[in-house]
Amino acid sequence: MWFLCVFFHRLLDYRRPEVESLAELFGAFEPMEDGSPVRPLSLEWNLPQNHHIDSPFHFVNLPSEDVARNIARRSMLVKGIYELWGEGITDDDLEKAIRGFSDERKLPYLKPESSFRITVDNFGKVTSFQEQNERIRGLSYIPFKGRVDLRNPDHKFWLMEIDDYGENNGLPPVVERRIFFGREVGAADRKLLPTYQLKSRKYIGPTAMDAEIAFLMANQGLARPGKLIYDPFVGTGSILVAAAHFGAMTMGADIDIRVVRDGRGPDCNVWSNFEQYGLPKPLSLMRSDNNLPPWRSGLKEVFDAIICDPPYGVRAGGRKSGGRKLLKGAVDPYTVPEEKRFNHIPSTAAYSLAECVNDLLELSARMLVMGGRLVFFFPVLREDVVTVAQFPEHPCFTLIASCEQILSLRYSRYLLTMVKTGHYTEEISELAGKKHLDFRENHLKWMEEGNLHSAVFSSSDAQNTKSSFDRDSKPKYRGKYV
Amino acid sequence: MRLLTHNMLSCNIKGVKNGYPLRLEAEKWTEKEVDFNAKFLRGIFPKIDWPALVGSARSFGFNDLLPDEAPDSSLLASDDDLLRRFHHALLEIHVEEGGLVCPETGRRFPINKGIPNLLLHEDEV
Repeated sequence: MWFLCVFFHRLLDYRRPEVESLAELFGAFEPMEDGSPVRPLSLEWNLPQNHHIDSPFHFVNLPSEDVARNIARRSMLVKGIYELWGEGITDDDLEKAIRGFSDERKLPYLKPESSFRITVDNFGKVTSFQEQNERIRGLSYIPFKGRVDLRNPDHKFWLMEIDDYGENNGLPPVVERRIFFGREVGAADRKLLPTYQLKSRKYIGPTAMDAEIAFLMANQGLARPGKLIYDPFVGTGSILVAAAHFGAMTMGADIDIRVVRDGRGPDCNVWSNFEQYGLPKPLSLMRSDNNLPPWRSGLKEVFDAIICDPPYGVRAGGRKSGGRKLLKGAVDPYTVPEEKRFNHIPSTAAYSLAECVNDLLELSARMLVMGGRLVFFFPVLREDVVTVAQFPEHPCFTLIASCEQILSLRYSRYLLTMVKTGHYTEEISELAGKKHLDFRENHLKWMEEGNLHSAVFSSSDAQNTKSSFDRDSKPKYRGKYV
Repeated sequence: MRLLTHNMLSCNIKGVKNGYPLRLEAEKWTEKEVDFNAKFLRGIFPKIDWPALVGSARSFGFNDLLPDEAPDSSLLASDDDLLRRFHHALLEIHVEEGGLVCPETGRRFPINKGIPNLLLHEDEV
């Protein structure tokens, strides 16, 4: 069944992957013979004639109206999914299309005992009340028998239009006007964004994840009741809060004990962030090192998803065990004297992004169930022309989505979604190690300690003025949220 | 810290061979009710080290909560009472203060405000 899928004009790269993930979550894909949908599966998409991929209007093929409704309701970026009754360039085209749309599909929604509402919506232009009424009256050829109810109608109809109004939120010029008329199947519930916004959250840190993005990450990780989700860089728990909202069980670890244990007091800590929203608390919070995870040997395939924002050294740098801060009287080999062992605070060493990502992939390969998802942010300097090959790889994982969010002229972060499609073995681990070394040597010198930070924050004079970065290589309308 | 976490952790000091199970020293602990989710419990059951779970539950005096031998997973599907006892042991016993002690080296990892601290000292890495 084809539906009209209208997106919010935000986070453009994230829109289709979110729908794809939710389609999987709501069972749009037939499972494989052994019962597990581990193949990366995708939906069929189309665009209206002359439309650009960044247009808000898309067509998507979904197995049923129920699946479409579930996707729309849970999504952050779908404004609505509609059963299209007609489209066209002019009102006459539209009328012809709607008259031609099967009565069998129309009449059940036009019955006298039902209530309805028609909303007029122009993309990129405000329509006056008077004009809206005129447009609605223009639809009198549709035999509406029901009564109008603006507040809580049984059926919601939308008359949507896009045209070149001079400004199109920076999108490429609209080639020609296009009008759509459809019945709403489902719409996003963005009310949860004000509820979860960071500015009213009790305990946040400098790198707490924005609520909208955290929900997108939880959707990419297929968070739902009965699933266990782990964040190895839990911080104030902002990603796990989103996962818990969707009913998943959560676990988190962090190397910074002040954040994970103390917070800002007994009523302002990671636990209180869950209490604040009436969510079940994490099953476990602990202090451990992603570089030396403390899992017992033999433990594997426990988590359904690992969702995280690794420290990449721009706003916060990573740390790992094994620092060598000089202790008074310490001699080689480095030992902590017996009398100082109790309550000793170990020093930590810098943890480069390259090592951090490698550890994350290894941990995920071992600890995720087959078909489980690894969802994490990966920074990229915008001077590089990004291709899929430049993202970290692991033989156990298949990359299914990479969504860019531009943070500044100098760098972006990509939300990478990977599915575990191969079993983890010793041989695989060795192979992955080699692959990682190759990746590290050939691509990403900036992933070493401090380099990304200096590339992002160095003054422009200090940079090579003949930078290879081509400002026109990306559409200009792409900004922080678009 | 719940017994689920205890069941997953070991001492990872360099060179340690038998760092599991960690001996649980609970100075302060409570029981807290947690929402029951049968699907989650059945999913996590095969990953649990049963003798370690039974041992840790007994250290709190829950001697008859769980059978010595790991039940068959089919029993877990039909026996609601057993599933609830498994739920209680795994998720509803919370250690607030105490420690986890490595059976091989005797290294004690402190548990403070419910958070186990597994970070190694500089000379243990």
